[in-house]
Amino acid sequence: MMQNKEIATALTDTEFYQIQKRVALKNCGVIDPENIDEYLAMDGYMALHKVLTEMTPDDVIQVMIDSGLRGRGGAGFPTGLKWKFAKGYEAPQKYVCCNADEGDPGAFMDRSVLEGDPHVVLEAMAIAGYAIGSSQGYIYVRAEYPIAVKRLQIALQQAREYGLFGENIYGTGFNFDIDIRLGAGAFVCGEETALMTSIEGNRGEPRPRPPFPAEKGLFQSPSILNNVETWANIPQIILNGPEWFASTGTEKSKGTKVFALGGKIRHTGLVEIPMGTPLRTVIEDIGGGIPNGKKFKAAQTGGPSGGCIPASHIDVQMDYEHLAEIGSIMGSGGLIVMDEDNCMVDIAKFFLKFTVDESCGKCTPCRIGTKRMLEILEKITAGNGTLEDIDRLEELAAYIKQNALCGLGQTAPNPVLSTVRFFREEYESHIVDRHCPAQVCKELFRYVVDPDKCIGCTQCLRNCPPFAISKTDYIAEGHKLPSVTIDQEKCIKCGACIEKCKFDAISKQ
Amino acid sequence: METITLKINGVEVTVPKGYTILQAAHEAGIKIPTLCYLKEINEIGACRICLVEVKGSPKLAAACVFPAADGMEVYTNTPKLIENRKKTLKLILSDHNRSCLSCVRSGHCELQELCQEYGVENEGEYDGYKTPFTIDDSAPHMIRDNSKCILCRRCTAACEAYQSVAVIGANNRGFDTTIGCAFDLPLVETACVDCGQCINVCPTGALHEKESIDEVFAAINDPEKVVLVETAPAVRAGLAEEFGYPLGTDAQGRMAAALRRLNFDKVFDTVFSADLTIMEEGTEFIHRMQNGGKLPLITSCSPGWINFCEHYYPELIDNLSSCKSPQQMFGAVAKSYWAEKEGVPKENIVMVSIMPCSAKKYEYQRDDQAANGVPDVDYVLTTRELARMIKRAGIDYNALPEEEFDLPLGLGTGAGVIFGATGGVMEAALRTAVEVLTGEELPSVDFEDVRGVKAIKEATYEVAGLTVRVAVTSGLANARKLLDMVKSGEKEYDFIEIMACPGGCVNGGGQPRVKANVRNFADIRAERAKVLYSLDEANTIRKSHENPAIVEIYKDFLGEPGSELAHHLLHTTYVKKTVNKSISSTDLENF
Repeated sequence: MMQNKEIATALTDTEFYQIQKRVALKNCGVIDPENIDEYLAMDGYMALHKVLTEMTPDDVIQVMIDSGLRGRGGAGFPTGLKWKFAKGYEAPQKYVCCNADEGDPGAFMDRSVLEGDPHVVLEAMAIAGYAIGSSQGYIYVRAEYPIAVKRLQIALQQAREYGLFGENIYGTGFNFDIDIRLGAGAFVCGEETALMTSIEGNRGEPRPRPPFPAEKGLFQSPSILNNVETWANIPQIILNGPEWFASTGTEKSKGTKVFALGGKIRHTGLVEIPMGTPLRTVIEDIGGGIPNGKKFKAAQTGGPSGGCIPASHIDVQMDYEHLAEIGSIMGSGGLIVMDEDNCMVDIAKFFLKFTVDESCGKCTPCRIGTKRMLEILEKITAGNGTLEDIDRLEELAAYIKQNALCGLGQTAPNPVLSTVRFFREEYESHIVDRHCPAQVCKELFRYVVDPDKCIGCTQCLRNCPPFAISKTDYIAEGHKLPSVTIDQEKCIKCGACIEKCKFDAISKQ
Repeated sequence: METITLKINGVEVTVPKGYTILQAAHEAGIKIPTLCYLKEINEIGACRICLVEVKGSPKLAAACVFPAADGMEVYTNTPKLIENRKKTLKLILSDHNRSCLSCVRSGHCELQELCQEYGVENEGEYDGYKTPFTIDDSAPHMIRDNSKCILCRRCTAACEAYQSVAVIGANNRGFDTTIGCAFDLPLVETACVDCGQCINVCPTGALHEKESIDEVFAAINDPEKVVLVETAPAVRAGLAEEFGYPLGTDAQGRMAAALRRLNFDKVFDTVFSADLTIMEEGTEFIHRMQNGGKLPLITSCSPGWINFCEHYYPELIDNLSSCKSPQQMFGAVAKSYWAEKEGVPKENIVMVSIMPCSAKKYEYQRDDQAANGVPDVDYVLTTRELARMIKRAGIDYNALPEEEFDLPLGLGTGAGVIFGATGGVMEAALRTAVEVLTGEELPSVDFEDVRGVKAIKEATYEVAGLTVRVAVTSGLANARKLLDMVKSGEKEYDFIEIMACPGGCVNGGGQPRVKANVRNFADIRAERAKVLYSLDEANTIRKSHENPAIVEIYKDFLGEPGSELAHHLLHTTYVKKTVNKSISSTDLENF
């Protein structure tokens, strides 16, 4: 983690943390998440006290609007506005929901908040309950986060014991409580209407909008849904004021954003940065650059709904508008760095395969359209593509974006579209030259032995799963044993040989 | 009523507030294609064929669910939309079993119709991997061929919303999604009630009845056999639709003529045994009323309802009338009374029944439906199968004359004919019961309170010092509501009529399928019921006990209603069924 030779006096002095600004993650790693007293010592539940005793629901909503906070789940809808709409509908029961169904591959922002600072979510949801007129909340958390679930349960229990949850909170007559619902691992249940359908006990499938959840959401009642990270910002906005929050970030994207930095980068982990921070700062300064002397090729944001940012755009500002401009999205915060060893067609295929697997199967464009796109990508990476296939991909992508029912389908083609846009030549190379420049697509490269470098140690031969390697009669000058050769018919391109070879005698071609 | 005005393709239209774009377009005479949409029961916006452009909106709107708004400008047929629809259709086709030439639905398949309308030429353009599918032919009444399923979910919606049975749903997800029962159980092992409402709403050939046409033709062509046919009341209210006639066309005369040309030896009418049912069930009702028997008495004509009761309300089995259904009563008397009268050995008689119903294909195979030692009924065909038989035999329906049924078992009353509509059994029973109890002639035979498509109809009558509280419902979801109220004591009745299918047999699972673009804007139940009420009104005999053939059968053969012989031939028993036949509660816990 250390870049400088000097000894850092505190973790926050390291380069990794110096540039970061911790708002959502303020308490994570600082307090004991299973002890409410530690949260209280960090001004916990003071924001709830403030809204209940000093503010009207309209005041709360106005503060949220003024702060400029936008949804951290991906779409970036203004949080205050969402609350305002829900408040505007009269109903005997309204609901406040928390989306903790974090599903982007490699992302764990929400998990960290839930595990490190569960009370902040509870407090924020109670604040929203007061603002929109709801007494019941639901946290929809994926069952694969057992520690998060456990800590939420502990936090709820403790908050109830302290009278901070339940009936007549702070003696103000305001009632609010939360139930936890476990998701069974469907990515689509992160989509708000699908999430609500799932809480209702049905197959998690999205519903057409309108009616929007603010009018008819959970159990057909006015509801709001915010993502964990969004919730984590709210108590501080209440306590420090909207101006404080809005002082960070850009004109339209306020505050900070947490990214799960991963992939081909020296320092991986969660990073929270002011909105608008250039990608270069994240990769070169916070992340410490690309390891093994490789070159930065692209960064993928927004997971399966997002796109790839090529090296030529490394100075892009990380905020809603600028990322959208170059065909990616902020998303929930997945940030995967790729170097020259990554094949962009393969990356597109990986993400599309993910959405094909995770499509609920309700609407035609997503159910069949994405599958057909994936088949075209598979054809290309197998070396059977034609140039028309790229056109067909773009055509299907445009169609699916326009016609799919929910956000999952409408954004599913993004990884393909952005890689075609920025790495078209790589697609063409797969098709025209039958060659994968990054040597990732197994059908499009081979492992070969340089007989003059091979000393005949047979380490590779003994570790080859399909027994594709055999000895030859050739003994290179200065060597005592015959070199080996690889039978391409049998080779499964697993790479075990190249890993075992200590003499650089095997290469990909 | 608050209205809104919007423009669709430049045409201004004013519609009530709350209308969807699709409904508003319909008012403006503009057709927007749909596949998954079924009014009120399947408003899920899933197929995406109905997407339209709304001026000022960056996103396309699903017309079937998107509310129309004042001042809205909608475009339904732009080149972009047409291109999109073509793609949607081609994608559906790429995962569809395109054996259209021999498909039971060819010619009136909703998918095929759209492909023709949109000029889908290269139907294999997106061909690729196909979803693994199964063909479920385990149930006695129907076949599900998932290779032709387009996942519109109309069948699951019908099963759940109309019938509250919900034994089918979506299994797996994404491209591997298929429609099936929980744990992919065969349909026969679930608590499916065989009503066939799923078949009626299917846009393609994925769902269809189990056909018995070949067997019936073979029987007709067998010189040893005497082949009798009976036709349920509702068949005549639907059959003409199969030949291009509009909803609500009376087919009675031509149907009789067609059956004769199909070489059935006798063309009889289930209306006769409907009258017989009234005699038996009416007597049973009066007997229970006067002797403190189990009340409310609940009708037993509808095998879908019987199934539902046996599966879901076994505690009400004793409330069911012990009367067999008219179909079975007919077979029982044809193979005894008629056989003796005509000197035909009962073993040589083949009893074919034409029904608006798929559950009848199950009913005739039940235990205790062979009163004479031979099955009461040998084959059951749906209205749709009859139409196919007529076509296959080369009979020009349009050129048929109107003919009468054969006597005596083809003689029916107006009371019997309205059995095909919800409330009809109750009304027919009341016409007879009131006259029997009072001994006086009714001033009017019309019991309007029990007619119509209202979910639950109630009425109270004072008859000869007795207060008779009746209720009528159709559609098993409605039945469930009614029965729950009866069970909780919230409601008390003496006599209840329940028909499994919404609107009664006229809308049964064996009736002609009505395409969604028609059924979403018309009430099939009411249109077809009109045919039966007109036939009732036109009939000179409108009370079952006044049917001369009924009078004669009791005089010459049965003795009196409820006699020992009548009991042997015309009554049956019911059994409690488990909701799930193959999964025990322990299995579920282990799962």
